[in-house]
Amino acid sequence: MARVISSFTGLGKKYGLEWWILVIGAFIILAIITMALFSSSIAPFSPYDQNTGSQLAPPGGEHLMGTDNLQRDVWSRIVHGSRTILRVAVLAAIMSSIIGITLGLISGFSGGFFDRVTSLIMDSVYSFPGLILAIAFAAMLGPGVINITLAVSVIYIPTYFRLVRGQTLAIKEELYVEAAKAIGASGFTILWKYIFPNVIATTVVVFTLNVADAIMIEAALTYLGLGLPPSIVDWGMDLAMGKKFLPSGQWWLITFPGAMISLLALGFTMLGEGLAEILNPRLLER
Amino acid sequence: MKNLARYIITRLLLTIPMVFILLSIVFVVLRVMPGDPVSSMLGGHAPEKVIEQKKQELGLNRPLPIQYLDYLWQVCRLDLGDSMVFKQRVTKAIAEKLPATIELSIFGILITLFLGVFLGAYAADKRRKVQDYVIRLYGIVVYCIPVYWMGLMLQLIFGIWFDVLPIAGRTGPRVFASTFEKTGLYVLDTILVRDFSALGDVLIHLILPAFTLGLVLSGIFIRLTRANMLDVLKADYITAAEARGIPHSKIVYKHALKNAFIPILTMMGLQIALLMAGAVLTETTFSWPGMGRLLLERIYLRDYPTIQGVIIIIALVVATASLIVDIIYAIVDPRVRY
Repeated sequence: MARVISSFTGLGKKYGLEWWILVIGAFIILAIITMALFSSSIAPFSPYDQNTGSQLAPPGGEHLMGTDNLQRDVWSRIVHGSRTILRVAVLAAIMSSIIGITLGLISGFSGGFFDRVTSLIMDSVYSFPGLILAIAFAAMLGPGVINITLAVSVIYIPTYFRLVRGQTLAIKEELYVEAAKAIGASGFTILWKYIFPNVIATTVVVFTLNVADAIMIEAALTYLGLGLPPSIVDWGMDLAMGKKFLPSGQWWLITFPGAMISLLALGFTMLGEGLAEILNPRLLER
Repeated sequence: MKNLARYIITRLLLTIPMVFILLSIVFVVLRVMPGDPVSSMLGGHAPEKVIEQKKQELGLNRPLPIQYLDYLWQVCRLDLGDSMVFKQRVTKAIAEKLPATIELSIFGILITLFLGVFLGAYAADKRRKVQDYVIRLYGIVVYCIPVYWMGLMLQLIFGIWFDVLPIAGRTGPRVFASTFEKTGLYVLDTILVRDFSALGDVLIHLILPAFTLGLVLSGIFIRLTRANMLDVLKADYITAAEARGIPHSKIVYKHALKNAFIPILTMMGLQIALLMAGAVLTETTFSWPGMGRLLLERIYLRDYPTIQGVIIIIALVVATASLIVDIIYAIVDPRVRY
């Protein structure tokens, strides 16, 4: 145990502030993942239970974060809501990274007409406000966990595409790729064994920051009333519901769901920032 | 200057494929997905015959490729068509809402620039001191606050608890927009007719939405300014200025900041898309009658022409704004050649 701690603080001395940013970020993420995994045992009530005490009770006593207009316990809804947002954000980031990396590799490696057309499409999507595109997709796909994941993932494909395509173009010219060609390696082998492993490292940081952004987009869509059916417990939807009680001063209905969205996004951002600094000090320019 | 003109024309030509591609994506997505404007207009219980007739009228019965080509030809003639749900030109609906979004965005970006550039420069000056860490932490945290939640919290604090600022709309009930409608930018309109009590009312309504938007984006600008300032502060001419005995604060905020501002300007062009997305969310929180509200309302009604029109206009606004930033960049920095 002592050895673990000393190696921990040792790394802290080596990398300074960035290491601690990474550790705090990872800690926040772990705490919320624990919340999602063991939600039924952590939450004191069921998130749907409409009989937990008085209506719109302020925080305190039996209800850590108060109750809403349907007498549901806000803390229990927060605990259960972590499942939805984590699942959507992480799945969306995985989906867009798979599509974006694959297209970027092929496009950068093959070049020619395919490369030009794909790049033009990706650049168009990239320059357009992502959220507005996600709104259009979410509205058209209709409510559902899979649908909102698709809508969120669409907007990040160009990010991976541009990063990976650029790297592929550079690595393609390396001597070891030429050597592989000379001994008769197929295009697929070169891509998969020589280029892909060199590209993947740089996408790790982008992936983490991408999840942070996807968290805010997911919550934005559900806050706008798009993307999820009302039967699912979700922070963004709770925030939209709490908005109705803002003029009458029931602050706890908006404060806690919103703070959780920020905290989760902060966790992934801090992890990403820390990783960026430690893996590649030049990437984010200090 | 001749080069600059050529550059502007090239850039303008490049926005055409961008708008075309976005338009095609939205067109296909709108038509492939379930739901259509006729059933959302007439409700689910309308007789089959009436629905068919209405579809015929709106041209929704024709094959998709024909509809698509027809729409493209229409857009080429700079015509966005009529709304399918209301009796209204799409261009008119957009012209009514666009100024509200632009006004909000302009004030938002001003607040962002002011906060971001000043705090970023200050942090760079105090590098590795407490102030630097506090400002950087503020930058990271504020970046992770969703803009709609920031809006709600500001409404709660300043609109409900302290009860000092209005939380919805562009004007109070006593100020009628119709009396000074000229550009649709209310700040400008009220100044033009010299109605200063109305101007005060408009500004008071702008404070919370503009700060919401400005605060959230300020984190990015703090990082950018700080990074650029650190590079500039290492330069030889800064050392030379120190040696000549020019006061430190003057060196930092005048000499260094001026030079650090040029790369910040280029990055600003890239943040316009983020600004528009933030504006859409801010509008819904503050009942601000702009493009975001229009888009959402019409999405629920499946009003295809208006949704497509809004997407085109937003794409054009983003392209134009980044082009303007680039032109300013070329004028400010004479070394830039295209």
